[in-house]
Amino acid sequence: MSILTAIVVAWIFGVGVYGAVVSRNLIHLALCLSVSQSSTYILLLTVGYRHGAGAPIFKGVELGTPAVDPVVQALTLTDIVVGVTVTALILALALDVHRDAGSVDPDEIAELQG
Amino acid sequence: MALTLDPLRQIVVSSLYGLLLVILFVILQAPDVALSMLVVSSVAYPLIVLIAISRTRRGGGGAR
Amino acid sequence: MSRRDVRRLVGVPVVAALAVILAAGILAGPEFGEFHGAYGQMLNRVAVPERHTTNVVTSIVFDYRGVDTMGEEFILFAAVVGVVLLLRDEREPGRDTRGDDVQSDGIRMFGVAMVGPVLLVGLWLAAFGLVTPGGGFQGGVVIAAAVVIVYVTVGYRQWRRFGRERLLDPFEGLAAAAYVAVGLAALVAGSAFLRNLLGNGETGTLLAGGSMSVLNWAVAIEVAAANLVLFTEFLESYVVPHIPER
Repeated sequence: MSILTAIVVAWIFGVGVYGAVVSRNLIHLALCLSVSQSSTYILLLTVGYRHGAGAPIFKGVELGTPAVDPVVQALTLTDIVVGVTVTALILALALDVHRDAGSVDPDEIAELQG
Repeated sequence: MALTLDPLRQIVVSSLYGLLLVILFVILQAPDVALSMLVVSSVAYPLIVLIAISRTRRGGGGAR
Repeated sequence: MSRRDVRRLVGVPVVAALAVILAAGILAGPEFGEFHGAYGQMLNRVAVPERHTTNVVTSIVFDYRGVDTMGEEFILFAAVVGVVLLLRDEREPGRDTRGDDVQSDGIRMFGVAMVGPVLLVGLWLAAFGLVTPGGGFQGGVVIAAAVVIVYVTVGYRQWRRFGRERLLDPFEGLAAAAYVAVGLAALVAGSAFLRNLLGNGETGTLLAGGSMSVLNWAVAIEVAAANLVLFTEFLESYVVPHIPER
């Protein structure tokens, strides 16, 4: 089963990086970076999984039932919300570049020096 | 999703991708993470990306 | 353009090599489903008796690893400061005479009907985060969404009543400071930073968890205010240049 995990995570990460490399639009670039980031969430959660275990919430469930690892979930859930804000920062940078240079194409911007 | 070049189409695909991730997280027995991803990919992401796109399309001038 | 074709040509093998290395690294780890990390298993057993919160993940976020959450919260704060610095320029706040109101009555009614329930769901998610899945982070974004519904379904003029920078900035700063203040209060009381001070309540109720509830609400307010500030900054930089100069 971990072959599947490795393939999925590496594929999503690779697609995100490739999209960022060949991007024609800065906004598209920001979204591709967030795709790569989401591959790390999948990796974290699949590391913590245990076969036949339930969620680590114990309301109504008695203690001692097997549950998946809660530490990786804690890391991931704060990461998701904060990742949105960082992507917003990248988008604000893109807007600022658009205001100065008039376009959001990375190639065109590189040619307009100053 | 990175292979969709037009950002407008990319947001729609990205929301669907977010939904897919939410289902994956629920299968992996992580309800908190699924909630986070659901809220973020349906509310926060489309809002800021749509505004960024419309801002860069209009070019900051002209009536809406 | 030849530059892009060069990027595409070089990009495919390089990214493929990167992905293969990543996959090899993942394969070298434990098998899927067989990870027996001791820390997680111990926390599963110990969190409920010790901290009286049935949601183990939230107790990790706010208590066992509260310092990490403080770091994340300040990433949030710093990113919002960055956006504000980039996008905010000199503007008079009174120029909101755009005829931007939503025309359709159906949408307005839908918006009015939805704001209340969404706000309630957000508050519920944030409040019950210590008991059932949820918490400050999730609830905060939903609260921000409830306020944004006002803009999306009703119009720009009504949104300006909530979306003022002067209103939102203090909330965000205060919430971030409150988190650190709770931690420092523990220092003042003579134990470690961010140690759980207040008594743990009964398991499964809202008052469980001691200072975790305070931190939970601080984070909820912080996340909601941060998202609203972000949205306001993006929106203002979009709408304002369209107002004709007179």
